[in-house]
Amino acid sequence: MQRFSALTLLKRGLSGQRGWVPQWRRAEPRTGYDVVIVGGGGHGLGTAYHLARDHQLTHVAVLEKGWIGGGNTGRNTTVIRSNYLFDESAALYDHALKRWENLSQELNYNVMFSPRGVMMLAHTVHDMQVSQRHIHANRANGVDNEWLTPLEAKEFCPPLNISDIRYPVVGAALQRRGGTARHDAVAWGYARAADALGVDIIENCEVTGIRRDANGAVSALETSRGVIEARRVGVVAAGHSSVVMKMAGVQLPLESYPLQALVSEPVKPVFPCVVMSNTIHAYISQSDKGELVIGAGTDAYNSYTQRGGLHISSHALEAVCELFPTFRRLRMLRNWGGIVDVTPDRSPIIGKTPVPGLFVNCGWGTGGFKATPGSAHVFAHTIAHGEPHPLNAPFTLERFAEGNLIDEAAAAAVAH
Amino acid sequence: MLLITCPYCGERPELEFAHGGEAHVQRPRNPAQVDDQEWANFLYMRNNTKGVYAERWRHAHGCGKFFNALRDTTTDRFLVTYRIGERP
Repeated sequence: MQRFSALTLLKRGLSGQRGWVPQWRRAEPRTGYDVVIVGGGGHGLGTAYHLARDHQLTHVAVLEKGWIGGGNTGRNTTVIRSNYLFDESAALYDHALKRWENLSQELNYNVMFSPRGVMMLAHTVHDMQVSQRHIHANRANGVDNEWLTPLEAKEFCPPLNISDIRYPVVGAALQRRGGTARHDAVAWGYARAADALGVDIIENCEVTGIRRDANGAVSALETSRGVIEARRVGVVAAGHSSVVMKMAGVQLPLESYPLQALVSEPVKPVFPCVVMSNTIHAYISQSDKGELVIGAGTDAYNSYTQRGGLHISSHALEAVCELFPTFRRLRMLRNWGGIVDVTPDRSPIIGKTPVPGLFVNCGWGTGGFKATPGSAHVFAHTIAHGEPHPLNAPFTLERFAEGNLIDEAAAAAVAH
Repeated sequence: MLLITCPYCGERPELEFAHGGEAHVQRPRNPAQVDDQEWANFLYMRNNTKGVYAERWRHAHGCGKFFNALRDTTTDRFLVTYRIGERP
């Protein structure tokens, strides 16, 4: 691996930017691997990286049906936070947040993690009570979260309109350690680091079938590039998890919905943090390129179309224009959709399945990006040991039959 | 926004409707006699099909009635809508 540093940047700059090499090999599929990861997003690539680095499993492949960074890792709005209500969620997401803080150094790749603060607005008495309950629960779990008055909220985010609005801002919950990161860089950084440890990253390779032996255990994957043998398979296919797992006869409690995002034309730095409002449903931040990044909601119906209704994104824009009147004349440059896999309790499923050798990491719904480094770390542990890491032990598939739901659906409302 | 044909009222914009999830999911006839897994299957497990999918809609801001539809989830195109109790 060609290491990046200020010195190499300077050298390449002075020599006309020649001599850069591709960041990962264009691997051809071999006949078999110890572990195959299905899905080359941040979670899948990170899992392969941890298998190779922490568990000495280097005979590993990541199969991606499209290209690296083309799925939800490159389609989300990059918000990172860990202020979840329940103990299990707070532990898992805060594990991820702590890993974000050193991820650039660890991968030798600038993922541009920027803990600029995530501020969640309250507009009603109910919002206030829910926010304060979250704050107390978070602080009991060692997760920072603090209450701001409307004036303090405006001071933290000057463009915010707190009073001349249908639902005035009555306060806000602020997690200062939260923020954003460059989403493409997360996929690329993990791909490069995994590749350097010997992992084969195979793009344009779609899984079409899962073969099982006489005992029912996984034996091989049928793909668009031939049959690949593997006794251990980790499925991290986001919106397509139901489709892939059905190939092994496993039904999941998932529904896939289009989730939309938009960016505006780029402007000078005007927006210092991330602001979310669950009640009037908008969330917004500014990328380092200058675009305002705006997240809209999911469509009402499940779909695999990677677009979404215009009325859904219009609704988010109306809320943004109310909260930030100065943005009313900004033009939107692009909008797009990604397919998110939503569980009934809005918590992920990370662990074993009824099929021996088959593991699944799915159900991150509308908020998986923030968990990438933590999810990858615990999922690699689960595959390597055949048993979950303590942090993902509560997030089993069996919890739906056992009744041990982790019901963040009621806790986190719409936006994740 | 989708145009949806209510079998009772005709073609209306999506905003008049509420989505009701997967269709033809049968509630166990004797809930007390099924085991936890079977009950969880009824409550939570869904086919989430990529392709033609049977789903329920309710004409919430119209006649208020539930009906079923077949929709292709790769294109969002409706194949047919039909009344409860009918087969497509």
